[in-house]
Amino acid sequence: MIVQTLSETKAPVTEQPIFELIEVEQVFEVPKPGRSLFSRETVGLRALDGVRLNIRKGTSLAVVGESGSGKSTLLRVLLGLDRPTGGRALYRSKPILEGRATGVEFARDVAMVYQDARGSLDPRMTIGALIAEPLRHFKIVPRQDEAARVSQLLDRVGLPADAADRYPSGLSGGQVRRVAIARALASEPSVLVADEAVSGLDVSTQAQLLILLRSLQRDMGLTLIFITHDLGVASFLCEEIAIMYLGRIVETGPTDAVLDAPSHPYSAALRAAAPQFFEPLSEPLSGEIPSPLNLPAGCRFSTRCPKVQDNCRLKDPQLGKLGPRRAVACLHPLEQQ
Amino acid sequence: MNDTALYHVLSIKDLTVFRGAAKILDRVTLALAQGETLALVGESGAGKSTIATAIMRLLENARVTGSATLAGEGDLLTLSERKMVKLRGRRLAMIFQDAGTALNPSYTVGRQLSTTLQRIHGLSKSDARKQAIDLFTSVGINDPEGRMSAFPHQLSGGMQQRVMVAIALAGSPDLLLADEPTSALDVTIQAQIVRLILKLTRERGASCVFVLHDLALASQACDRIAVLYAGQVVESGPARDVLERHRHPYTKQLKSCVLEIGAKDLVAPEGTVPSHDQMPNGCRFCTRCPRAVARCADETPPLVPARPTATGPLDHHIACWNPE
Repeated sequence: MIVQTLSETKAPVTEQPIFELIEVEQVFEVPKPGRSLFSRETVGLRALDGVRLNIRKGTSLAVVGESGSGKSTLLRVLLGLDRPTGGRALYRSKPILEGRATGVEFARDVAMVYQDARGSLDPRMTIGALIAEPLRHFKIVPRQDEAARVSQLLDRVGLPADAADRYPSGLSGGQVRRVAIARALASEPSVLVADEAVSGLDVSTQAQLLILLRSLQRDMGLTLIFITHDLGVASFLCEEIAIMYLGRIVETGPTDAVLDAPSHPYSAALRAAAPQFFEPLSEPLSGEIPSPLNLPAGCRFSTRCPKVQDNCRLKDPQLGKLGPRRAVACLHPLEQQ
Repeated sequence: MNDTALYHVLSIKDLTVFRGAAKILDRVTLALAQGETLALVGESGAGKSTIATAIMRLLENARVTGSATLAGEGDLLTLSERKMVKLRGRRLAMIFQDAGTALNPSYTVGRQLSTTLQRIHGLSKSDARKQAIDLFTSVGINDPEGRMSAFPHQLSGGMQQRVMVAIALAGSPDLLLADEPTSALDVTIQAQIVRLILKLTRERGASCVFVLHDLALASQACDRIAVLYAGQVVESGPARDVLERHRHPYTKQLKSCVLEIGAKDLVAPEGTVPSHDQMPNGCRFCTRCPRAVARCADETPPLVPARPTATGPLDHHIACWNPE
């Protein structure tokens, strides 16, 4: 039986968060638009602004948002690739960067599947060598067991054992993504971070990969952080969801609860814009995501919000609790039925 | 519109495209009524974009047989290039998937639209500019006058796609081919662009062929759907017939892969599309088909009415030896 209900998956989860982001800010200094050729003027681009997020061990979290919402910046902070300019980013209660600086444990424990799977694999290495690399680097198995472990991993992601002798160029898009997943799993991580790991694939290949990812997450007890723009993917794969808009998480909670009855008008708009069989095309949001160089006053969604009220343009709402395990950053959250 | 409902703007018959030894389209037959929107759906390699490009006669290094008749002009595949140049933009126009690369990076978007208007309507420079601003307004570009002097890279993906729509509609074509016009865009922008294309084509009474990979979006945006697999039309007809009363096993499989929000079950099909040197002679889906019978591998099933009551080429059709 593949279907698991939310209550079943909740039981083994301990409440100690594996990742904790407290008011994380990431401001990039970028050249001021329209500055003269020799000017060094810069302005701050707030890529992340007051991000609060707890990721519990063993959960699966979808980070959803449109381009420019800060998903990738958030990912870089979680992976310890960038030092946030404000706030605290903790991994197992210690600053992420500290964890990264002291030993290889963080890198072994938190594995990443990149969006451009083909680009993340060295084209001159065979698949076998690519998967063996992390095994050797993290000293997972003795040398003589390497080959056996590689074929075990290939089998785990549904690739034939003879794929080990092939090169990335000889594999299809779906197969390359499986290799990237096998490589990420090689270090026996407890956290798997995937950036749009199934986007740009045909629906049948996407379905195969999603089933694989879900079974991996459940069988190995992985904590899965999955960046996607597809709400269908999020609802299939992830227990929890965090919806981002313009550098801030505007709503989080259990995926089904949030998507059934969104409280933030942006979540509702995103939900309505997702194609649904034979539903009339939704009335789209007006306009486009504003430039992060020039954030709107008050609520950052106020320029496009269909439910905007006067005080929305004055006060910037923070992510606040809205009932059990849900939080929303809105002054006038939508009524819950 | 009712009295012209059966007037076929485009009818494609046995369109076959060879690229080297590979037959990338295999006897595609389709028809399109005036004012109607048709979705071509299928996975990559199904030949969706090839159909659109073949109709525009923009295919290179390919041998094309069959016919594609545009009402009043004859077979597009045999017209002289001179004639085609006249038709492109005026009677048929195309919106490409990636507006960022389809627009010329060295000219302002205003100039790209005005030159099109000057060429098609023979307008003077100042009249073309005026009309270009009007068109930019109608495709929902705010500050159209200011945007006239913007270069493509200064615009967002959604705005670039709006510019493409404006250029495609500049000559009021009666057939618009939109090749995955929104697949590079965010969902909220996708909804804007699809609605825009539908609104503008309906206002002009034009017909539209959408190349899509999203079945749910196809059901929302299009009157009819043609499902393609590896270069063959396997099922076509009114959207509800194809998606809710489908009889071809591939349509069923494709639909089962669509993730609806809240769905917790998903059936992943086995295998992949065979490569062209291993393509079966008969139905190309037979290598993965759960209902395949002996004759499937050797004989191509013809596209026939799915129900005895069907009459015209716009009705529900399937190509299968063992339909459901």
